[in-house]
Amino acid sequence: MADKPRAPGFETLAIHAGAAPDPATGARSTPIYQTTAYVFDDVDHAASLFNLQTYGYIYSRLTNPTASVLEERVATLEGGRGAIVVASGHAAQMLAFFSFMEPGDQFVASNKLYGGSITQFGRSFKKFGWDAIFVDPDDPENFRRALTPKCKAVFVESLSNPTGVVADLAAIAAIAHEAGVLFIVDNTMASPYLCRPIEWGADLVIHSTTKFLSGHGNAMGGAVIDSGRFDWAQNDKFKSLTEPEPAYHGLRFYETFGDLALTVHGHAVGLRDLGATMAPLNAFLTITGIETLPLRMERHVQNAQAVAEHLERHPAVSWVAYAGLESSKYHKLARKYLPKGAGSVFTFGLKGGYEAGVRLVEGVELFSHLANVGDTRSLILHPGSTTHRQLSTEQQIAAGAGPDVVRLSIGIESIADIIADLDQGLATAGGKG
Amino acid sequence: MNHDSYSDDYLRGILRSVRTIAMVGASEHWNRPSYFAMKYLQDKGYRVIPVNPQAKGEEILGEKVRNDLAEVTEKIDMVDIFRRSDAVPPIVDQAIAKGAAVVWMQLGVRNDAAAAKAEEAGLKVVMNRCPKIEWSRLHGELAWSGVNTGIISSKRRKI
Repeated sequence: MADKPRAPGFETLAIHAGAAPDPATGARSTPIYQTTAYVFDDVDHAASLFNLQTYGYIYSRLTNPTASVLEERVATLEGGRGAIVVASGHAAQMLAFFSFMEPGDQFVASNKLYGGSITQFGRSFKKFGWDAIFVDPDDPENFRRALTPKCKAVFVESLSNPTGVVADLAAIAAIAHEAGVLFIVDNTMASPYLCRPIEWGADLVIHSTTKFLSGHGNAMGGAVIDSGRFDWAQNDKFKSLTEPEPAYHGLRFYETFGDLALTVHGHAVGLRDLGATMAPLNAFLTITGIETLPLRMERHVQNAQAVAEHLERHPAVSWVAYAGLESSKYHKLARKYLPKGAGSVFTFGLKGGYEAGVRLVEGVELFSHLANVGDTRSLILHPGSTTHRQLSTEQQIAAGAGPDVVRLSIGIESIADIIADLDQGLATAGGKG
Repeated sequence: MNHDSYSDDYLRGILRSVRTIAMVGASEHWNRPSYFAMKYLQDKGYRVIPVNPQAKGEEILGEKVRNDLAEVTEKIDMVDIFRRSDAVPPIVDQAIAKGAAVVWMQLGVRNDAAAAKAEEAGLKVVMNRCPKIEWSRLHGELAWSGVNTGIISSKRRKI
């Protein structure tokens, strides 16, 4: 057979994947298809669409041409078969689990996830009868020990927000696959530029596209990317994909769509019934953001490394938790899984404790004091006085958000300005050793 | 030939050259995968002739069902096989006898010995693929479903 053409590079895919010129108008930038619905050619065409027998748009709760471009873009960058984009990262997690969980089912998750995910899994998922078992991810064997016959998935973050935990993806993937369950990886903090979990065995990848993918702090969104490699029929755990679906007259998704099963199910059932659709404008902003993802990530990690090294030498700072530092216990894993850099979100401790943290976030001029990460702008947060203030001191410490902890999301401003702003803020905050 | 992966040019060449397809294992039940594929391929301008002894004499999507390939009197360009992998060899023998140019085996269907025999007889072979999915992937329709099509282009697609 003919030689396979050379595969395009990541930077090329970040700009072009999914986004050929608009077939109707020739528009080169992806148009914002701001429409709720699409006309049918005739009744037979409508029937084919509703029966999932042909491809096409029906209603923007399910699919939208602007969202489809973003879906192909993120699926391609992650090396997946397909993707579903949704309204937020939380919606992505909800949709991913909704596709295969039933009441009474369980899954095992890292206990060092982003706090919002711990709350969603630990509290709101209970209302669906889904039970999350949390384990310390630092020893992959903890996942094996926690697996029960009711478990259907193992869930980790490739790089954890904000404590700089790096998961041993290959080892955890092997444990999940031995048990015949899905390995799901939230890759938000790394982005596919720094880490591609599917290459390490992930079956599904989750993103809050709000962060580095969109990258400019201006568009909410989430994505579920399916590797297309999971054998849904290897056991009887994944009946929603292998058994007849009553709402589609007994269609079996896995048999009918093969490695596209989850992608089709995610739209035809997940978005249909959960309704957490991504707005076309947000899809457009995220598509545009992704075009510069490689350039931004390069600078993000370069700046973050410089700031982390600077803080580690700073007299007002007691510790820095950044996997890019040799002092980090995750440094070795970071070298393996994140060779281009360990992200740009990390925490550090102030010798001056709570009061110094409050003075720092109020004293900085360039850093923005807010609760987001993955923006072009440098961001700062003192969890003890904001996101984690309802917790007791013991709970705060357990969550990696003790009174002395400050979280940074390092942006892509001039590195000299970022460091100068922190230095003047730390001088104001005082509390030197 | 390596049957683990196919170039876009190879698949595009087949889908462009073929007009009449005999679909072995076509189902009369509308929620079966073969029915999906047959309906879609008809919409794209192919003539699809269903072959299925269990539905012999019935009509599927306006086409009379034939008992086996030998019963098809029309010229066939391609035989599309919706059967188990071990049921493939006699179908390939009939495809060769009928003078088909292509044997296509559906997702999950693969028989390397039968494929080699078909190729020796000058036929092109595709295994473990679906012509509906490949047609839609190559023409941009699959991307409407959020799928990674592997296609990068700065050219405007024809509608």
